[in-house]
Amino acid sequence: MGILSWLYVVPLAGMLVVMCLPKDNKKLIRWTATLISVIPMLQSFWLTWDYFFNYSGSAAMAYVEGPFNWIPSLHIQYFLGVDGISVPLLFLTGLLSTLSLLASFGIENRVKEYFAFFLLLEAGMMGVFVALDFFLFYVFWEVMLVPMYFLIGVWGGPRKEYAAIKFFLYTLFGSIFMLVSILILYFTSNPHTLNMMTLIQSGSTLPYTLQMICFVFFFIAFAIKVPVWPFHTWLPDAHVEAPTAVSVILAGVLLKMGTYGMLRISWPMFPQPLRDLSFWIALLGVIAIIYGALVSMAQKDLKKLVAYSSVSHMGFCMLALAAYSSTQAISGCMFQMVSHGLLTGALFLLVGVLYDRAHTREIAAFGGLGSKLPIYSSIMVFFTMGSLGLPGMSGFISEFMIFIGSFSVLNKVMVGIAVLGVVLGAAYLLRMVQRVFLGEFNLAKWGGLTEINARELVTVVPLMLLTLWIGIYPKPLNDLMNATLTNLVNLMAR
Amino acid sequence: MTPYAYIIALLPLFSFLMIVFFLRWKEQVSSLFSISMIVLGWVLSLIVFIETLGRNGAPYESYFYITSFAGINFELGILVDSLTAIMLMVVTTVGACVQIYSVGYMKDDPRYSRFFAYLSLFTFSMLGLVLANNFFMIFIFWELVGLTSYLLISFWFEKKSAADAGKKAFITTRIGDLGFIVGLMMIAFYAGTFNYQGVFAKAAGGQIPAGILTVTAIFVFCGAVGKSAQFPLHVWLPDAMEGPTPVSALIHAATMVAAGVYLVARSMPIFASTADGAMVVATIGLITSFIAASIGLVQNDIKRILAYSTVSQLGYMIMALGLFGHDTALGEESVGYTAGTLHLMTHAFFKGLLFLGAGSVIHAVHTNDIQDMGGLSNKMKITTWTFIIASLSIAGIFPLSGFWSKDEIVATTLHHPVFFIGTLTIAFMTAFYMFRLCFLTFFGKPRDHHRYDHAHESPNVMTYPLVLLAVLSIFAGWWALPWLSHGYSSFVHFGEVKHEGPNYALMLISTIVAVSGITLAYLMYYRRSISAEKAAERFKPIYTFLYNKWYFDELYQKVIIDPIMKIADFMWNFDARVIDGAVNGTAWLTVLWSDIKLWFDVWIVDGAVNGSGWIIRQLGGALRYLQTGSMQFYALFIVVLVVLIAVFKFELVRIDRAWPFLTLVLALGFVALRFYSRLAAERNDGQSGISQEEKS
Repeated sequence: MGILSWLYVVPLAGMLVVMCLPKDNKKLIRWTATLISVIPMLQSFWLTWDYFFNYSGSAAMAYVEGPFNWIPSLHIQYFLGVDGISVPLLFLTGLLSTLSLLASFGIENRVKEYFAFFLLLEAGMMGVFVALDFFLFYVFWEVMLVPMYFLIGVWGGPRKEYAAIKFFLYTLFGSIFMLVSILILYFTSNPHTLNMMTLIQSGSTLPYTLQMICFVFFFIAFAIKVPVWPFHTWLPDAHVEAPTAVSVILAGVLLKMGTYGMLRISWPMFPQPLRDLSFWIALLGVIAIIYGALVSMAQKDLKKLVAYSSVSHMGFCMLALAAYSSTQAISGCMFQMVSHGLLTGALFLLVGVLYDRAHTREIAAFGGLGSKLPIYSSIMVFFTMGSLGLPGMSGFISEFMIFIGSFSVLNKVMVGIAVLGVVLGAAYLLRMVQRVFLGEFNLAKWGGLTEINARELVTVVPLMLLTLWIGIYPKPLNDLMNATLTNLVNLMAR
Repeated sequence: MTPYAYIIALLPLFSFLMIVFFLRWKEQVSSLFSISMIVLGWVLSLIVFIETLGRNGAPYESYFYITSFAGINFELGILVDSLTAIMLMVVTTVGACVQIYSVGYMKDDPRYSRFFAYLSLFTFSMLGLVLANNFFMIFIFWELVGLTSYLLISFWFEKKSAADAGKKAFITTRIGDLGFIVGLMMIAFYAGTFNYQGVFAKAAGGQIPAGILTVTAIFVFCGAVGKSAQFPLHVWLPDAMEGPTPVSALIHAATMVAAGVYLVARSMPIFASTADGAMVVATIGLITSFIAASIGLVQNDIKRILAYSTVSQLGYMIMALGLFGHDTALGEESVGYTAGTLHLMTHAFFKGLLFLGAGSVIHAVHTNDIQDMGGLSNKMKITTWTFIIASLSIAGIFPLSGFWSKDEIVATTLHHPVFFIGTLTIAFMTAFYMFRLCFLTFFGKPRDHHRYDHAHESPNVMTYPLVLLAVLSIFAGWWALPWLSHGYSSFVHFGEVKHEGPNYALMLISTIVAVSGITLAYLMYYRRSISAEKAAERFKPIYTFLYNKWYFDELYQKVIIDPIMKIADFMWNFDARVIDGAVNGTAWLTVLWSDIKLWFDVWIVDGAVNGSGWIIRQLGGALRYLQTGSMQFYALFIVVLVVLIAVFKFELVRIDRAWPFLTLVLALGFVALRFYSRLAAERNDGQSGISQEEKS
């Protein structure tokens, strides 16, 4: 068994271990789960390291396992592999999972089930990013839904059932479209296969109408996950109700699966429909950027504001994906995925830190926290600045690349409008900073707030460092992905 | 030293990191460390400056690639030429003065160390900005100075006005940056590189279509409009005065706001290839300068007057550079490049001094309102006289620095009558409002005795920087004396070295204008022979209009901010009601549909099933009498059946009847007989019959 299998097997085994622990020993459960998740984290780090030095020069899949015949009668194979677009996301998954588990120590209710579900979730996420067979991919894709449903529905906020069901059904609704597409591909391929790599080569030989149907169906499935406007309304509800750590995973990893799916599957597989629809995809991206920012501006709940900012930020990804023939834009898209994972993940962690103390997230309830909680406020302002695309941090690189890349291939006016998102982003984020951290401090009400503690610092400091690193020295990440992305752009712009 | 010029920028970064991580608990150590770093930076800048002088301003460039995104290289590098060398001197000189001054001004502030950390971070960003060798890098530092400006404006963030002002500054300049980003996209697309030399070569070589070049130039200029507070984005700078006064001096007077001017000067090859684009620049500069000067005439807040003055002077510089670009593009001679950059330098010194002087005054009387001051010259000698030197310099009085740079600007406008008249009008207004300020603050009778009695001269740590800047305000401009043939203009130039001899008529005109402005202020606010109140009364509409700053803030509030907030609320409602409504509606319809189906299932489908079940049960009830479990009966049944079939066949086939009556009668007879015997048997068995059934 190669390293890629271990990536999901370890959390899966961890889940079983956690389930065997005594239910009342909460401390033991927490630490066991967290320490187990360190293993896949280190594996993903090693993978990134090793891939960077040994494999990043070529676009070929690395660490390939299989394809082994798994269920021969249905041509289902066990086929894993990674390249320059999955490695950064695996890194992100490994890191954020451990940090989220660390951030979950405040969970007191049904601790065992919580941590077991979390490890199952991690297994599912890892699996999605390594699977190269449609059946495997689909299984992992669906496996994630179950723990996510329970994590929101059991440990969530006041409207948790609504949010959980909405999330579950919405995503399932999309998955069905994906399933139909997969079946179309399966039955039209000759010999029948579910091997993604083979289908990327043969997908474009299908009749145009069929390609278009498959493309649109895949798009719906992935667009719901991203989420692309107007499929986004599950996101704010899920985020607001979910416990902090789940929000982090949701924003940091799950949303990326949508864009990952597009880049991995539907974009290179159906270049013709992509070319014909790219204007509309870009339009959806631009709408998401502006719309998400404007709706963020009207939010009264801190977490909802961050959630809608995700809609806006993922809009940049869509804009970049529409500019599929520009390597700069696609690089920018990947950078944005990583950067958004780091920044928004951190913002959710920080909102959670405040919520744990104040038990409210209403922006208007706060003010002047900067004088009482200087360290917390500084860190929050740091990530806010990152989120609004300040140079020196990862968000700037990605947005800049996306602008430059999409400007060269898309409608210039449309890209010009997208740039407006930069100003709107500054507006809603600074408004939030002002109302929460600046101004007069309400000593009577918030005098008891305590500064961020060591464990919480441990969860955000790595994200700070990575954000700065990518922002100041983007070369390693760029080199890691470059060969893959060049190849991908050639495939997409066939 | 020049190859290592980046060290100058890294020193304050080092001090920032040291303060944040190690020194911030020791306030005095923090400030000393920060000051020593910038003084060291000043020394190194001086060396670089002298070396650049030695090279006669020839550019030195060195860089390495950070990374390359599909053909576009991102470089980190430095470009040191005459413009950079001068900016390095300006930033480190004013920066050092301001930091030393802050030791006194910020004494007892609870966030003293943080203040010096921010100042260091700003200095790093600003030095990075002037050292950058490409557009990508300048944009990075461009945004970073914006960040530090934001942090320092809202330094006293407990005050709502300060927090508001910081936000306003950041967002307003970001609007300009939006244009800058579009400009950068165009540069990347049409030039394929960000490197200054590379872009300029393409621009000059005519490889970029003229129309594109004009649009690019205007978009790049948008960045300058935001940063240098030009019309229509000038509204943030006066509000930025909410920050501590040393910050206003360093960032919002001497250095950061000049970054826009620097950008235009740096990108001059682009502007000098597009006459239309350059004309836009010049026009914006003139409009800004006029608007700001007119507002400055009637304001009462000492720092805001200086802020409007800054906006006005920046407009001057932008105008000069724009006119230079325009004339050069048309192949005409112009001194605008020298004029704009020279004024950038002299202005940094005298405006920095004015702000520090104002800070000294505010420190003494604890108010910003000049109507509450008066007579301070008796108590604050050094502040008063250095302030007046700076005022004379900005008003353009011979032979102070400001005179020479302003003279060059006037010379630039000679061939453009509208600009010429505008420039002189603004010069008159500048002289007037500066001396209105001086007279109201330092002379006359104290108007607020309580404040006056508590006023005192500031400590030495604050006054020494004033003296140093005063010296520079007098002499810095002498480098550009028109009698010097190897002066400033042979060092900083664009294209060929152009040296113009003294133009005495022009000097005379500008001196007359300045002196008459001062005289008017003298008559109105010192001698009081012309009543300022009556004048205000007489020109009431104009006065109100100017006093309310041309109502720009109100206009923007009504036309931009309010609508955006309304749209945001509308979008949010739209999102919750329409989009999410559609989602929930779909869910509701699904539930409704399943309810209908449930009803259908229960009453129709299940009803049918149950109904047929009922019928079958009834039939079964009847048929069960056939099943008795006894062999004899089955045998009998089979016999009867065979007989019935035989009769049936006989009836239908042999007799050819339409209905098999006989068969039916026989069958019914058999059933009835069986029924009867069964009922009779049950009646006989009674209880035992049931128990038998249970047993079986």
